[in-house]
Amino acid sequence: MSELLTQTAIVATVAAALRLAMPLLLAGLGEMYGQRSGVLNLGVEGVMLLGGFFAYWTALELENAWLGLLVGLIVGLIMGFLNGVISVTLKANQGISGIGVFLFGLGLSDLLFQKIVGTPRLIDPLAKVEIPLLKSIPVIGEAVFTQRSIVYLAFLLVPLSMWILNKTTFGLNIRAVGENPAAADSLGVSVARTRYMTLMIGGLLAGGAGAGIVLTTGTFQQNFTAGRGFIAIALVYFGAWRPIGVMLGALLFGFVEALVTQLKTLELIPVSSQDLANMAPALITVLALVVVSQRFKPPAALTRPFSRGG
Amino acid sequence: MKRTKGIRRLVVVFAALALVAGACGGDDEGGDGDAFRIAIVAPSASNDLAFSQSIVDAITAIQTEMGADAIEIAVSDGLFVEADAAAALRGYAEDGYDLVIGHGSQYGALLSEIAKDFPDIAFAWGTASDTFDLPNVSAYTAAADEGGYVQGVMASMLSASGNIGVVGPVDVGDASLYVNGFVNGATTMGSDVAVNFIGSFSDVTLATEAANAHVANGADVMTGTAQMVVGAVGVADQNNVLWFGTQSNQASLADSIVVSSQVYKWEVVLSGLVDSIKDGTLGGQVLEINLANGGLVIEYNGSYDLPADVRQAADEAVAGIIDGSMSTGT
Repeated sequence: MSELLTQTAIVATVAAALRLAMPLLLAGLGEMYGQRSGVLNLGVEGVMLLGGFFAYWTALELENAWLGLLVGLIVGLIMGFLNGVISVTLKANQGISGIGVFLFGLGLSDLLFQKIVGTPRLIDPLAKVEIPLLKSIPVIGEAVFTQRSIVYLAFLLVPLSMWILNKTTFGLNIRAVGENPAAADSLGVSVARTRYMTLMIGGLLAGGAGAGIVLTTGTFQQNFTAGRGFIAIALVYFGAWRPIGVMLGALLFGFVEALVTQLKTLELIPVSSQDLANMAPALITVLALVVVSQRFKPPAALTRPFSRGG
Repeated sequence: MKRTKGIRRLVVVFAALALVAGACGGDDEGGDGDAFRIAIVAPSASNDLAFSQSIVDAITAIQTEMGADAIEIAVSDGLFVEADAAAALRGYAEDGYDLVIGHGSQYGALLSEIAKDFPDIAFAWGTASDTFDLPNVSAYTAAADEGGYVQGVMASMLSASGNIGVVGPVDVGDASLYVNGFVNGATTMGSDVAVNFIGSFSDVTLATEAANAHVANGADVMTGTAQMVVGAVGVADQNNVLWFGTQSNQASLADSIVVSSQVYKWEVVLSGLVDSIKDGTLGGQVLEINLANGGLVIEYNGSYDLPADVRQAADEAVAGIIDGSMSTGT
C-alpha cells in the first residue's frame, strides 16, 4: 500500500482524475442547463459521439486540434437545436426521444467513420498547458496545473455557470421556466425560447465533451464514450442540479476510476479481482446518488412539455 | 398548433421514406448459384485493426485465393448489441448462406439456438472451442498465448527499466490467453509486468488512462489487446514507449514504436472448413490457429530497428513452442 503514497503515484492519480472528470463535467453541466429549464435530454451520449467524430475528422484532415474542438462544439450546437425541435416544438416524450438521439448519434458517427476515415489513425492531441508559478506547488502543482487546456476550460465553466444561473436575468428565466413555466409565460418570459437556448448550450457542451475525449486520447473508436454520457446525466441528479454539485460528482467518479487504474498498475489489485474493482466507480456513484437524491428535489416542470393555455 | 401538426406530418413522411430507402439499399446481391456464400457477424468495426478486422481479412484472403467468383462475402459488423447480432445471424441463415460465422465469444448462446433452427446451414463460432454437440456448428480459436509468450520475451529484452505494462479488455477468451502468455514470457526473462484489464472492449478513455498510469509508473514497453487499445497506442506513441500488437498488424498506427504484432491468419483453418462444408460435413470441428500451422504469425515492423539478439531469442522461442520444447506456461 505504501507504493500508492509515493509522489509519483499521487500525482498520476490526481492528474488522471481530472482528465477523467473533464468530459463528465462538460456533458453534465450542459445537461444541467436543460434540466433546470425543465427538459430531460437522454441523448447526451449521441451528441458526444457525433461531436467527437467531427472533431476527430477535422483534426485529422486539417491537422489542428483546436479547429477540431470548434467543429465539435458547432456540431453539438446543431444537435442541441434539433433537440429543441423534438422536445419543445414537437413536444415529444423526452425520455424516448432522448434515446432516439443517442441511437442516431451512435449509428451516424460509426457510419461516417467507416465511410470517411476507415482504419483508426492517431491524431495529435490538444497540447498540454503548464501554468507558470502554480505548477511549482509541491505535488498538487504537477498534477493539476499541467493539464490540456480543455480540462481548465471545463472547470472554469463551473463558477461561470454559477454566475449565469444565479446572477443573470437569463439564469432567472431558466429557473423560472423549470419550476413553473405557466407563471413565467404569464410574465412575458418565452418558455420555448429559453428551453431552446438551454438545449443548445447543452448540445454545445456535450459536443465539447465528445471532442474533449477524442482530442485528448488522440483517436476515435466506435462507441468510444462507453456510457459516459449517461453517467453525466446521473451526475446532474447527484449534483442536485447545481454546478458545484455536478463538479463534485464528476470529480468523485473520475477519482475512483483513476484510483482503481493506479491500484491495478501498482499490482495491488490482482487480475482475478479486477472485474470487481472495475465496478467500483459506477457502484459508488449510484450509492452517492441514492443518498443525495433523498434530500433534493428536481425542477418541478422537468420532462413536462409546455403548451400555452393547457 | 397547426404549424406543429404540419411539421409532425412532414417528419413522419420523411422518416418513413428514410426507412424504405435504408431497407432497399442493402449490400447483398442475389449472386450466382455457384458461389460459396459466407456471412460474417462481428461485434466491432471490420477495420478496427484488431479483432473484427482479423476475420474479415481472413475471409477476404480466402476469396482472393479461391477466386472472386467462387466466394461471396457479406459482413455485418459493429453488432455489439446481441439482439442485433441475433437478427443478423438468423437473417443470413434464412437467406441460405453456406457458412454463417459468429465472430465473437459473446455470440455463443445465440448461435446454439439459431443453429438448431437451421440444421442445413453451417455455422462457425469464434473465438471458442464449444460446438454444442451440434453437427452443423464448428468452433475456432487462437492459441494467442504462443505469440504472446514470444512477444513477452522480446519485450523483456527491449525494456531498459524492466517495467512493462499491459492494457487488456476483459479477462476472457483470446485476450486472456494472450496476456497470460505475454506475462509468462516477460517474467521468465526477469521483467516486472503490470496488467490492467479495464473491463470494456470499447472504452478508449480508460484504455488511455491505463496506459498513462503504466507510463507514469516507469513502463517503457507496453502491449494490449482488443479494439479500444488504439488509445493506449496513442499514449505509447506520445511517450516513446515501445508497443507489441496482436490480432492484426498495428504498425500502421504508430510506425516508430510498434516492434511487432501477432497477426491472426484465420484463413489457415477456415479454408479447410470451407472445403469440408462443400464436401458435405457441415460442422463438428474445433479448429485452432497457432504458430505451428502458420495461423499465428509474428509480423515484424520493418520501420523499427530490432536488435539481432532479440530477433534471435524470438525465433528460438517460436521454434521451441512449435516443437514442444518450450511451454507458454498457460
